[in-house]
Amino acid sequence: MGLKNKDLLGMKQLSAEEIMEILETAKTMKMVLTSGNKKTSHLQGKSVVTLFYENSTRTRLSFELASKYMGSASANISASGSSVSKGESLLDTVRTIDMMATDIVVMRHPQSGAPHFIAPYLNASVVNAGDGMNEHPTQALLDLFTMYERFDSFEGKNIAICGDLYHSRVVRSNTIGLTKLGAKVSVYGPRTMVPVGIEKMGARVASSVADAVKDADAVMGLRVQLERQHKSLFPSVAEYSSFYSITSDILALAKPEAFLMHPGPCNHGVELPTAVYNCDQSVINEQVTNGVAVRMAVLYMLMARRNSL
Amino acid sequence: MKILVTNCKVFNSDKTSLYIEDDKFVNPFEIDDTVVVKDMKGNMVFPGFVDLHCHLREPGFEYKETIKTGTMSAAKGGYTSVCSMPNTFPVCDNASVVHGIMKKAKEAGFCRVYPVGACSKGEAGKELSEMGLMKEAGIVAVTDDGKCIATAELLRKVMEYSSDFGLLVMDHCEDASLSDGSMNESDTSTSIGLRGIPSVAEDIIIARDIIMSEYLGIPIHICHVSTKNGVRMIREAKKRGVKVTTETCPHYFTLNDENCVNYDSNFKMYPPLRENEDVNAIIEGLADGTIDCIATDHAPHHEDEKTIEFALANNGIVGLETAFPLGYTYLVKTNRITLNQLIDAMVYNPSSILKLGRGSLEVGADADFTVMDLDNEFVFDKSKMLCKSKNTPYDGYKLFGKTILTVMGGRITYEELC
Repeated sequence: MGLKNKDLLGMKQLSAEEIMEILETAKTMKMVLTSGNKKTSHLQGKSVVTLFYENSTRTRLSFELASKYMGSASANISASGSSVSKGESLLDTVRTIDMMATDIVVMRHPQSGAPHFIAPYLNASVVNAGDGMNEHPTQALLDLFTMYERFDSFEGKNIAICGDLYHSRVVRSNTIGLTKLGAKVSVYGPRTMVPVGIEKMGARVASSVADAVKDADAVMGLRVQLERQHKSLFPSVAEYSSFYSITSDILALAKPEAFLMHPGPCNHGVELPTAVYNCDQSVINEQVTNGVAVRMAVLYMLMARRNSL
Repeated sequence: MKILVTNCKVFNSDKTSLYIEDDKFVNPFEIDDTVVVKDMKGNMVFPGFVDLHCHLREPGFEYKETIKTGTMSAAKGGYTSVCSMPNTFPVCDNASVVHGIMKKAKEAGFCRVYPVGACSKGEAGKELSEMGLMKEAGIVAVTDDGKCIATAELLRKVMEYSSDFGLLVMDHCEDASLSDGSMNESDTSTSIGLRGIPSVAEDIIIARDIIMSEYLGIPIHICHVSTKNGVRMIREAKKRGVKVTTETCPHYFTLNDENCVNYDSNFKMYPPLRENEDVNAIIEGLADGTIDCIATDHAPHHEDEKTIEFALANNGIVGLETAFPLGYTYLVKTNRITLNQLIDAMVYNPSSILKLGRGSLEVGADADFTVMDLDNEFVFDKSKMLCKSKNTPYDGYKLFGKTILTVMGGRITYEELC
């Protein structure tokens, strides 16, 4: 039991076996979470620090609650902007945290590769809670868990992911995880938001939203990351919602039992109409609960590895 | 002072020893106690290398490198002449900065330094710099290196005006509007989530520069070419008779963009490391003579500017102490080019493009040479580098071509202690 590496940097670094073990562990954690008594002792006597250089509601709170439900001491640090503009370098900041006997550092950072850069310098385990446009592994794991509750197996399942692919760490982590488990991923977004060579990651680039969603077993919308647009990549929200939105008509092209996911926060009326967000096929709110369960599983398994050394 | 370099092979010559008196090669003299005798144990003497493109950082960025440490590093790499880029602080865009650089270089005495002047005031891409006065002070070319010459209009004015003084324009070819990224744009940048700089950002400016050169009939030099289409366009332009010359750097024929996957900023350059097919095109360009020179683009940066998040790190690596061993190990020993071609690219072509008159080992010439051990593999150790900053991706590389001795103007500027 436990993970191969000290850190959870991305889905790239996890094997299919490790992913499945996390999903199985999350099942147990979800039982704990939905029981009347949410207290376990798995992280008793341990410490978890969340260090967020970007805004977050659900990721940060779910890590904090996950660690507290399992009995760890936890602390949160926010930093706005980049470490460099603040004056203290990222490395100095995380070494400071490390020297306070921290066991796990959960970090979100606007720069791709920031957790990979710091991890070798720390005794603590580093969990990537989102690094720039690179990865968001615990989001992908909670998405996989939400699917796993509904699928027996990922083999041959069709997953559609639509929206701003260029800036999305969620599409990267999901594509890597899903293809490792044997699912087929179709992606679509405005051509200005389709990164070069995404098909080499294992995704099929569809020709329209309809083409991506047709016969899908699960459909995922991605947030249009308005704050990450260095330059205009689409003309207007009205135009985007006319051609790239997952409408109810589009969703009807998926398999009848298909369900709709979104990592949140959602721009209502842009990537999804509000009615679709709230429709019976939507599991968006359940994803939030699963996020806590999956993060409990990840923290537990990283700590199990630390305890076994 | 008299020096006898003996028991050596001399590049492209039957000689086995060289006689130096003061700053020149001379005819054999009698050996007495005053002669310094250097036994080269069969190693090969080459004319001192000439680097068309390095950053010595002084004035203004002495925490990264000084003219003294940079030229000591050059001497250790076998160089006896280097051209220093003008993106200092203040920018080398006027005669007094040129004078200052040349004075410091002379005082240090490790390497001939030929300053390259900025082609626009402050490298701001707007007004012409005082090229004529800088030429009188000693510059050998003009460039806004670090930045592309901003507009086609400025390029035209710079080329026309500099031609009055016989100064070559060296352009850093990157369309800034397409260069909002930190590595080459490819499936690798997509996979690791870094913003990419497409190869076309370089190609578009190379095309612009070739077209302008052809239209004006004035030469242009393309700095550090890194793309396959860039090489192709330069090859075709040369065939048409366009007066275009170019250089590449060792990192563009030894590394590719997949080296960036661990976010190590020692693989972050501008232009960025490209894909395998580009690397092969660069080697083919060197082999068929399309690419005239191997330059270092020696770009020292303090560790605090490199030991940070990849996208925030400064661009560039040091290169004076690895250029020859990388060229020899990766190009000559693999039979991609001949040793003669390597020396053309590192000595004769750069000297002739800028009319520096370097490269002779004949009697009467300035005694500028270096001696290389071509037979024994060595492990490159970045902690032993003489440059001030240690930003290199080649630490631990096993290479051939270790410098034994470098002499510039009859003065020993580097000697391997073994």
